[in-house]
Amino acid sequence: MAEDKKVDREKRKFFIRTLQGLGLAALGGSIWSGYVAEAKHDEVVLRPPGAVPEEEFVKKCIKCGMCVEACKNRENNPDETKQTATLRLAAPGDHRPREKGKYIYPKEVPVGTPYFVPREIPCYMCEDIPCVPPCPTGALDPDLVSSVKDGKKVLDINKARMGVAVVDMEHCIAYWGLQCDACYRACPLIDEAIKLELRRNPRTGRHAFLLPVVYPDVCTGCGLCELACVTEKPAIFVLPRHLALGRVGKHYIKGWEKQDEERIKGSQGIQKTITPRSEESPEDYLNTEDLLDE
Amino acid sequence: MNENRNFLYKHRYLIARRIVQVSILLLYIAGNAYGWKILQGNLSSSRLFDVIPLADPYATLQLFAAGTILATDVIVGALIIFAFYSLIGGRAFCSWICPINMVTDFANWLRVKTGLHKDEWQLRISRKTRYWILGLSLILSFVVAAPAFEFISPISMLHRGLIFGMGFGFAAVVAVFLFDLFVTKNGWCGHLCPLGGFYSLVTKPSVIRVKHDADKCTLCMNCKNVCPEKQVLWMIGKESVFVSSGECINCARCIEVCNDDALNFGLRYKPNKEEKENA
Ligand code: SF4
Ligand code: SF4
Ligand code: SF4
Ligand code: SF4
Ligand code: SF4
Repeated sequence: MAEDKKVDREKRKFFIRTLQGLGLAALGGSIWSGYVAEAKHDEVVLRPPGAVPEEEFVKKCIKCGMCVEACKNRENNPDETKQTATLRLAAPGDHRPREKGKYIYPKEVPVGTPYFVPREIPCYMCEDIPCVPPCPTGALDPDLVSSVKDGKKVLDINKARMGVAVVDMEHCIAYWGLQCDACYRACPLIDEAIKLELRRNPRTGRHAFLLPVVYPDVCTGCGLCELACVTEKPAIFVLPRHLALGRVGKHYIKGWEKQDEERIKGSQGIQKTITPRSEESPEDYLNTEDLLDE
Repeated sequence: MNENRNFLYKHRYLIARRIVQVSILLLYIAGNAYGWKILQGNLSSSRLFDVIPLADPYATLQLFAAGTILATDVIVGALIIFAFYSLIGGRAFCSWICPINMVTDFANWLRVKTGLHKDEWQLRISRKTRYWILGLSLILSFVVAAPAFEFISPISMLHRGLIFGMGFGFAAVVAVFLFDLFVTKNGWCGHLCPLGGFYSLVTKPSVIRVKHDADKCTLCMNCKNVCPEKQVLWMIGKESVFVSSGECINCARCIEVCNDDALNFGLRYKPNKEEKENA
């Protein structure tokens, strides 16, 4: 009898202990997950070339910093002391720009992940892309920055889509009619990613605007233009592509492009909405009595 | 002279551990600062001699739990490290590699020196807590789709910080230090750290083990007093067996402190049948 009681008490103790553990785990877990859910996201962070989309990147990057080391120790690093480089690993609380309010600065880069701030140090678009192949996890994917040349896959930095440059027409002084082509000249893809467009200046009547225009389908988001911009806060700046670019619905087809036209094949056509009104032809419906009465 | 030599001998493993810990750290730092190609990256994942990938198996597991498909490099690296500790080294990561070990050892040393180390001043925490945290971290990695422990790990913050810049990361390290100093003896490494918990779980089969010789033992209990995981030394004075628990970190403190040569490292090729656990 006494034995039984003892076993019972032991069982009960174990049961209660387990429940206590579960309770603590639930409490700790909710605080912990709340923190991580907050801390894993930054709207304006720019990632190295070849980075997979941000959601996926956070899952894949193991925070080893090998991309950062490769970027820092590449031979053509403009900083010969190799103290600084384009890429850096986010440390807790290191989110302080060199000059406050003078350029876009990410504030909550997930700790330990690589990023860059173009107005401080842009990506120089190294042809051999030293930062991508060392990545062990596939967070930086060489396939995203490769193209096929003579049947062989070669690294191609022009494929990088780190972000996209956006021009603020109000503060870009070229749009005032002043002559400035700093960004245009800085662009490694000059005349492809940024073109200068000529327009008559109606204010003077005899001068021309030479306006920088970015072509987002070519721009890599390297940020050399942002660094070169002469205004106090750059009038051309790089934003993550998901922030800066729109999206066209699937039902828009470029009929003049063969590849796009393919997409219609096998389609059932557009399902028209049928309402009592739309069943009649527009003329009939527009000439109905009650509409005229209104 | 003799005394000097005796001191060195008494601390031979401690000295060796510190040398290993510091040189590995320095190699990583040189990898970043000077582009040395011996060890690049950090403890989360690295490359040895520019060819052999290495990766933290627990961090890799979290990435998996977060729901992603990983490149082969990191998987091979994680398997190499996993195989090394689970089959050969035991939980040696904790005492020979991990930089936090120096912090918590220092806290422990201060604790003993200042007399803070009194049983009644301890907050009692179960040593099983680390396994709860380990399990929780994997569930949370899945829920928030990000490696949950890697976001708060003081180990990576310290190690990464020393290589790439610390930021406020030192706050987490100070927290661990104060916790170990004032709250619980071996609080972080012996009770909470899920990485230590992970290695405890998987390193049971390892070959390098502390071996106890009960016939030589004089029951001074110096070893149990110095061991950061004293539950693993249940056999002291009772049975001549290997310390078989995965929780033993192979720090060799017990070996150094034993004046009767009753404890030594040995190689255990097959787990003894009659050994029992007393965790
Ligand atoms: S491509 Fe850009 S990020 Fe990569 S190494 Fe060169 S400068 Fe650094
Ligand atoms: S090399 Fe890859 S896994 Fe390592 S920090 Fe860079 S992106 Fe992350
Ligand atoms: S437009 Fe700017 S960001 Fe885009 S490729 Fe040219 S310099 Fe780089
Ligand atoms: S228990 Fe954790 S913090 Fe302590 S030494 Fe082991 S891995 Fe490092
Ligand atoms: S048993 Fe010995 S080697 Fe293992 S943790 Fe304890 S003191 Fe260290």
